Amino acid sequence: MEPILELKNINYAYHSLEGETKALTDISFSVSSGEFVAIVGPSGCGKSTLLSIISGLIDAEDGQVKLNVKALRESSTNIGYMLQHDHLFEWRTVYRNVLLGLEIRHMLSERSREYAHELLELYGLKQFENAKPSELSGGMRQRAALIRTLVLDPDILLLDEPFSALDYQTRLSVCDDIGQILRNAHKTAVLVTHDLSEAVSMADRVVVLTPRPASIAKIIPITFELEADTPMNRRNAPEFKHYFNIIWKELNTNA
Amino acid sequence: MRDISTGQCKTQEAACITQNTAVFSAGQRNFLHGRKLHRRIVCFSRAAILICFLFLWEFTARAGIIDSFIFSSPSQVTRCFLEMVTDKSIFLHLWSTLYETIASFLLTTLISILAAVLLWCSRKLSEILDPYLVVLNSLPKSALAPLLIVWLGANQTTIIVAGMSVAIFGSILNLYTSFTGVDQEKIKLIYTLRGNKWHALTKVVLPSSIPAIISNMKVNIGLCLVGVVIGEFLAARSGLGYLIIYSSQVFKMDWLLMSIILLCIMAMLLYSLINLLEKWCRRRY
Repeated sequence: MEPILELKNINYAYHSLEGETKALTDISFSVSSGEFVAIVGPSGCGKSTLLSIISGLIDAEDGQVKLNVKALRESSTNIGYMLQHDHLFEWRTVYRNVLLGLEIRHMLSERSREYAHELLELYGLKQFENAKPSELSGGMRQRAALIRTLVLDPDILLLDEPFSALDYQTRLSVCDDIGQILRNAHKTAVLVTHDLSEAVSMADRVVVLTPRPASIAKIIPITFELEADTPMNRRNAPEFKHYFNIIWKELNTNA
Repeated sequence: MRDISTGQCKTQEAACITQNTAVFSAGQRNFLHGRKLHRRIVCFSRAAILICFLFLWEFTARAGIIDSFIFSSPSQVTRCFLEMVTDKSIFLHLWSTLYETIASFLLTTLISILAAVLLWCSRKLSEILDPYLVVLNSLPKSALAPLLIVWLGANQTTIIVAGMSVAIFGSILNLYTSFTGVDQEKIKLIYTLRGNKWHALTKVVLPSSIPAIISNMKVNIGLCLVGVVIGEFLAARSGLGYLIIYSSQVFKMDWLLMSIILLCIMAMLLYSLINLLEKWCRRRY
């Protein structure tokens, strides 16, 4: 099967008047449909830059990004992007926040509105549709942000440290929550995080990056023998520690 | 703004106090009682200052301590006002000043929002124009008024433009600053949803700048009034500014002081109009 996302020899550098900072060197990997890939690496190594390149927000200086075998610019593959903060707009209700992407893409229709309502109901935000975002808890806000992305029905979902702004307790439950939502919807996802346990609990494969300029240190496949493969169950499974240690070691040998 | 917001608190507090006196504990009752007392003292003192001032003014003028020919007196000012109301001449002046102020205010607001949007759209343009805006903003605008009279003639257009000139440059700079101060991550969100610059402007920058736009309007309405009065000093045949200059020349201090008091009241009313707009916006957004 052809991979849905393919990166080939991606290079990127930041330029400023003081000079050039190499951020990414020779990054190549691919993601197949329905797979959940996590990217971990030391902070400031260029993880988020990589997501920005995949989503087309910035262009790689060198190398190729292919979506469903087509080059990024020509591809019609629908990419969803979830940022670190929910960025729900206070001047809109939760429901109208969810519609933001549809409005921008001129996709507002009877059907898409219906779908937005369905998702809000499915993820337990039905009674908050007309509430202001400030009335929601941190976890609910992040869920609303996820719905804003999912309502566009993305083929591939990019998650840029989506839980790092939450407190630890909320973070665990939202991670479990969103991990299950994505798995049940069979979404292809690329998660960037600096939290190793988050990566191990959610991903099918973990890409470990070296410090800046980032290159791929190792790609580690993750498999759990679990009946209900949820992030929370993974955290309690015996293999969890094993994977955690492998990644930990990999990060430290390169540091 | 403060007046209105404390006004809101007052009504809330009043509701609390009347509703729940019976329910509250002794401590809470004490607290509410303290607040009520505080409010009464503030209101009473405000009124007392005004009444004392008017009384002192009237008394000293009548007793001959101050020369009522130069300082006038509240009763003389009131009499003068009532005379002008009966012969209806005051309405002409009031209307001129009000019309010119509102016209220059609306134009200033509209043009400065458009200009700030343009500057926001192009970083190059804003960098190129920055020194000019700074110079024009710090220039004493009263220096422009004689120039405007020569260019545009001694008419209402000149006065409206004079009003605009006082407010517009500062307004553009302020709005531009608040537009560029919008959270860049929110704009990134728009781009991740495949939006463009237009979406960033209409979905993020303008809605999140509404508070800044309104506080900018509050400053503008006052500045426009200043500009209009300066314009009327030099180029008008009606309006409160004209009345002030004319009465000082013929030494009619009753008229002069009356005009100043009317200007105070007008400024206050215009300001509270914008406060109403702000409250309406708050409720909607």
